[in-house]
Amino acid sequence: MFKLVLVNLFRNKIRTFLTMASVTVALFLFCTLGGVLDTLQESIKVGSESRLVVRNKISLVQWIPMAYRQRIQSVPGVKLVAVQNWFGGQDPNDKRGFFAQFAVDEPYMAIYGKDFEIVQHSDAQAGVAVPEGVDPKLAAFYLERTACVVGQKLLVKKGWKIGQTITIAGTIFPGDWPMTIRAVYHAKNKSFGEEVLFFHYKYLSEKGLGGQEPVGTYVLELSDPSQASRVIQAIDSQFENAAPATLTETEQAFSAGFVSMYGNVPFVLRVIGLAIVFSILLIAANTMMTAIRERTSEFGVLKTLGFSDGAVFRMVVTEAAIITLGGGLLGALGAKFLVDGSAMTSGFLPPMSVYWSTVITGIIIAVVIGAISGLIPALQASRLRIVDALRRVD
Amino acid sequence: MASVEVRNVVKTYKRDAEELRVLDGLSLSIPDGAFVALMGPSGSGKTTLLNLIGGVDQPSSGDVEIAGTNIARMTGASLAKWRSASIGYIFQTYNLIPVLTALENVELPLLLVRMSGAERRKRATTALELVGLGDRLKHYPRQLSGGQEQRVAIARALVSDPKVLLADEPTGDLDRKSAEEVLNLLDRLNREFKKTIVMVTHDPHASQRASRQYHLDKGVLSN
Repeated sequence: MFKLVLVNLFRNKIRTFLTMASVTVALFLFCTLGGVLDTLQESIKVGSESRLVVRNKISLVQWIPMAYRQRIQSVPGVKLVAVQNWFGGQDPNDKRGFFAQFAVDEPYMAIYGKDFEIVQHSDAQAGVAVPEGVDPKLAAFYLERTACVVGQKLLVKKGWKIGQTITIAGTIFPGDWPMTIRAVYHAKNKSFGEEVLFFHYKYLSEKGLGGQEPVGTYVLELSDPSQASRVIQAIDSQFENAAPATLTETEQAFSAGFVSMYGNVPFVLRVIGLAIVFSILLIAANTMMTAIRERTSEFGVLKTLGFSDGAVFRMVVTEAAIITLGGGLLGALGAKFLVDGSAMTSGFLPPMSVYWSTVITGIIIAVVIGAISGLIPALQASRLRIVDALRRVD
Repeated sequence: MASVEVRNVVKTYKRDAEELRVLDGLSLSIPDGAFVALMGPSGSGKTTLLNLIGGVDQPSSGDVEIAGTNIARMTGASLAKWRSASIGYIFQTYNLIPVLTALENVELPLLLVRMSGAERRKRATTALELVGLGDRLKHYPRQLSGGQEQRVAIARALVSDPKVLLADEPTGDLDRKSAEEVLNLLDRLNREFKKTIVMVTHDPHASQRASRQYHLDKGVLSN
């Protein structure tokens, strides 16, 4: 019986191929769009429950003073405090090639030490000390005020080399910012991203802020993550009546809030994905109905030979399911293996992620498309009266 | 013993508001192993009667008993199963599946019974050899002549070894020579293999090959 289904599938090879290809493309797009949502989700994962972020309560783009640092550090349960300022520069040779840059201070690399590993570095003089908890391979970075650390993918993408002095054009902080690449990192935690450049906050402060020290955000490492809510309350209550007041949250909540800035984009992506799937459903259903209508008299013959209505129903549904499931598998797995891990998103988002749950959802959708697109023609074929079927001449 | 017993069968069709009475209380008894021809003008109800005997349509009232089984009230899967085991159907236009070879076409009815692939192919090959097409197993319908296609259709009808063969204008689309070959084959199946054959035909020459002729007119037997 299955052979009969296969033979019918290859009856009109071009039509089968085109239908399958349309389902493949649709599911590829659906899973890729789903992958964008997954990537946003992934970007939240960089946030750890054991790390907190302190920012200006009014807005992320408003500064908080460096003077807060000591007071935050003195809150019981806070292990390390690091400064992290968004720089927003551009590569003057590739202004459209966006990537994130952060000005960070000494403890930063210790706080995030578990999320990356240094894979290339410039040699420093022997015996040069690095802050506690920091990879000694970063010694050359700590020695030089204009040094920077870049992600491996960014290095490859830009064609940079270790030891090379590059220039970043400031947009928020005008002027040219020469920096020397002293280390290259590989992200152990995929969501940490490999297209980010880190440089010294001191460099930013002295060159771009006239020696002043406003801070974008403080990143805190806690000695005991279970104390997070107490620490949050302690910090924010301390600055409640100060100008500016602070808003402290777990890094995860901070990242989630960042993603929420995309507003309805995830919703729009979902709608577009479903619209693509729905249009393919119509195409597949139409193709199946045409294919079945052409074979009306054959179904009459099969029934005359003793094939039951149920057998005919199963044949048609199986035929539709093979087309859509085949196309769906190709599209969904194609998205998983071609898009997942690629740097399509770039910037401060981690590499593209296409979760297996998205792939499985895509495959389930393909099966449902198959069932729905095959259902109506299958019902038509199974309910066909033999005498009516044999009377028709196509 | 009668192989086919039709009793007081009425068959009506609805066309818009009008009710069309195609068979009007028809009764007919065909003995086991007979070869009968149903003749009559177009619209007389010949094919309808054949369809009722074959279980591909159901009477509005009356009984149709084939080899002791009353199929008039059978429906759905049980009727389909009965058809596959009890009836071989030969169409005027052969109705072979164009994407299947001659062998695969003949194998079709055997897909419905539990049987190994090898056994299925063996039986289909035997059936094709019986109709003289042992050398055309791998040919597709488009590679065969009309007469050969009809012989494949006959092989398909008899491969599951049914007691009754129904033929609806089996020579209607054939030239004289091919028609003669098909009639010879039906004759042989009747005589050598004791198949009960009911053949609808317009052709008086074809009807002469049957042991008995029935004439239908306006839904009733006229003789």
